[in-house]
Amino acid sequence: MSSEIAQFKKDSPMSGTLRMDRMSHIWCPGCGIGSEVNAFAEAVKRSGIDPDKLAVVSGIGCTGRVAGYVDFDSIHTTHGRAIPVATGLKLARPDMKVVVFSGEGDLTGIGGNHFIHAARRNMDIVVICNNNFTYGMTGGQVTPTTPHSAISSTTPFGNHEYPFNLPFLADAAGATYIARWTSMHSRNLIQSIEEALSRKGFSFIEVISPCTTLYLRRNRLGDGVDALQFYQENAVLKHGADTRDLDIDFQGKITIGKFVEKDKPTYIEALDKRCVQVVGDDYELYGKTVPEREAEEKAEKERVAARRAAVLAEEEKSKAKAAKVVTKISAKIPVKTAAKKAVAKTPAATAKKAATKVAAKTVKKTAATAKAASKTTAKAAAKKTTAKAAVKKTRK
Amino acid sequence: MNIKTVPADPKGVDAGPHFMDGDHALAEGALAAGCRFFAGYPITPSTETFERFAERAPEVGAMFIQMEDELSAIAANIGAVWGGQKVMTVTCGPGFSLMVENIGLAAMTETPMVICNVQRAGPSTGAPTLTAQQDMMQARYGPHGDNAMIALSPDSPQECFDLAIEAFNLSEYYRVPVIILTDETVGHMHEKVVIPAADQIKVVPRNLYNGPKEDFRPYKFNSQGGHPMARAGDGYRFHITGLTHNEKGYPVVTADQNKIVVTHLMEKINGNADDIVRLDEDQIEGADVVVVSYGITSRIAVKAIQDARKEGIKVGSLRMITIWPFCEKRIRELAGKVKTFVVPELNYGQMVLEVERCAGGKSKVISVNHCGGAVHDPEVILEAIRKGNK
Repeated sequence: MSSEIAQFKKDSPMSGTLRMDRMSHIWCPGCGIGSEVNAFAEAVKRSGIDPDKLAVVSGIGCTGRVAGYVDFDSIHTTHGRAIPVATGLKLARPDMKVVVFSGEGDLTGIGGNHFIHAARRNMDIVVICNNNFTYGMTGGQVTPTTPHSAISSTTPFGNHEYPFNLPFLADAAGATYIARWTSMHSRNLIQSIEEALSRKGFSFIEVISPCTTLYLRRNRLGDGVDALQFYQENAVLKHGADTRDLDIDFQGKITIGKFVEKDKPTYIEALDKRCVQVVGDDYELYGKTVPEREAEEKAEKERVAARRAAVLAEEEKSKAKAAKVVTKISAKIPVKTAAKKAVAKTPAATAKKAATKVAAKTVKKTAATAKAASKTTAKAAAKKTTAKAAVKKTRK
Repeated sequence: MNIKTVPADPKGVDAGPHFMDGDHALAEGALAAGCRFFAGYPITPSTETFERFAERAPEVGAMFIQMEDELSAIAANIGAVWGGQKVMTVTCGPGFSLMVENIGLAAMTETPMVICNVQRAGPSTGAPTLTAQQDMMQARYGPHGDNAMIALSPDSPQECFDLAIEAFNLSEYYRVPVIILTDETVGHMHEKVVIPAADQIKVVPRNLYNGPKEDFRPYKFNSQGGHPMARAGDGYRFHITGLTHNEKGYPVVTADQNKIVVTHLMEKINGNADDIVRLDEDQIEGADVVVVSYGITSRIAVKAIQDARKEGIKVGSLRMITIWPFCEKRIRELAGKVKTFVVPELNYGQMVLEVERCAGGKSKVISVNHCGGAVHDPEVILEAIRKGNK
């Protein structure tokens, strides 16, 4: 059995980006961090970045554990200090991509000062913030983003504080790329992380994500599936939205999208400029002049583009392959295709039927199905109700 | 102890005689030792080191950044070490208190770095421009949990330069944060500082691993120094954490593993104290009284010792250059042979506790304490020597 597991881990498509020798992970069922890490790993793959030239730095907490599971150079730091450690690493190795992956309590509570200053300096790092409105590792206390009136273990009568609007905070501090998604919006998240990885400057991606064990349970909001459904129903896509309008009320609408993307010299670029003014064109950092470093960067960029093209070509191939398989299968099962059409005609009635049938089956599976549901509407109607029905059952 | 050294990189060595203060000498020592990264935060009376490095960084090709606070300054240094750089930062009491958090992380992750504490009078904000030696115990016991530290104490600007290099060498070999405990007086005192030519300066280079990837281990829990580390971006894909970990760097949070890690961190330093500890001794053989001192106080003690000798008292001097690990072995050797240890220091009595412990009641121990803000009057030390000779 153990050798089978080892083989399974080795064959995993995530092998090479995740430390499979450290699986299984510590995150709870229904937690959003796993999907985010998957999206991140996928984005890294697609970006064409050399995994040896990428480092991940995390702070403390549930999301702080990300650094331990990704198969890159990784540092699990102290509480709140991921950004400064990443800053030091980036400045010591300007040729590397440095990503901070941490939670909102870590990044904007205890580490809030570092967050705004890294943004102000336009430090060339990507910050991915898992925002689950709670300090999960310590048992569900209120964080700087917990919506007003929400219950936590330290606001047992409802949160009387007012939360941060993180994109607004990042914007005011000077971040040059700001986006927000939920852990359900995997494709957007992958694309967004890819985008952030391929650009320069302080990039901030907030990911709203469910903490099933603490935040959802305490606020009686159901489980992970309910959260995903909630995201699906309440996320409003609005690229370029004014960051002042991005507050999140308790169970209110969540505006998602890419809000800011602008060019500004990074910390190192600005420093280089000053130093060249003072020292002259032969100014060197760690023994390399600015043109030398620029040439290296350009060469690496070309390698990244080539790798990215190869990955995308491979993806197209497998897509075509998958499409063939799908047509083959659907040709073989005409009945099911007909059923699908029927669903499309009268979704409510069929959905109910389907619901009662499937509800008896495993509840956990519904998480995956609900996620897939967001893509094809006909299917969605049926499975969504399934999920709801299943959840109601378990609650009783 | 056979530690590989190389000559210093001439780029960082401003060779020749200088007239400079201790703070500037620290920056020069760091540059000579190959330090090319400095993240700091200004605080009196250490700021001059910081400013010197800022000014020298572009011509040396070093990175310099003023962070938003001491918490982030020390954190950025940790990141830079794993990015392959030698790093230093300076601060004093209030800043050191903030840095303590990540000094612990550096100790746990065996991250080499040098931290200078130019001590000023406390507690709290205290007297920012006045001298003291009140952070001796903090240097050793500041971070929570058990981890041994190395701390050195220079008594002059020249020694600030010399010990900065030694601090880097020790930190690189033992992969431990090394603290330089200087003080406001030494920091701001101008004296002649001779910086040798680069080929005369011995530097321990970063010991980078270059074997096969699958065999790489960031740690070796053998209670010894000399284990190589990796640099980010070189393909070893290390993981380091402040959690209790195995040699691979992966978290293993058990009592058994904690025993392995703590034993290693403690014994790596304390078990090699004979190799680390440096003392400056004078006329200890046959002495009735030995003055145990360090830093600026040792220079005040010189006057008292000279006067005592004129009075015919057999008095020796033991100046601790290495503060931590404590020179336990030497004090135990002398205990019983000398009548009295006299311990003057610019605090309410810190290192005297160590002397008392090691004297074990076999010799008398007299503390000449001081609340900080100024140096001793040599007469007070002389009085203690006289008392000790009775």
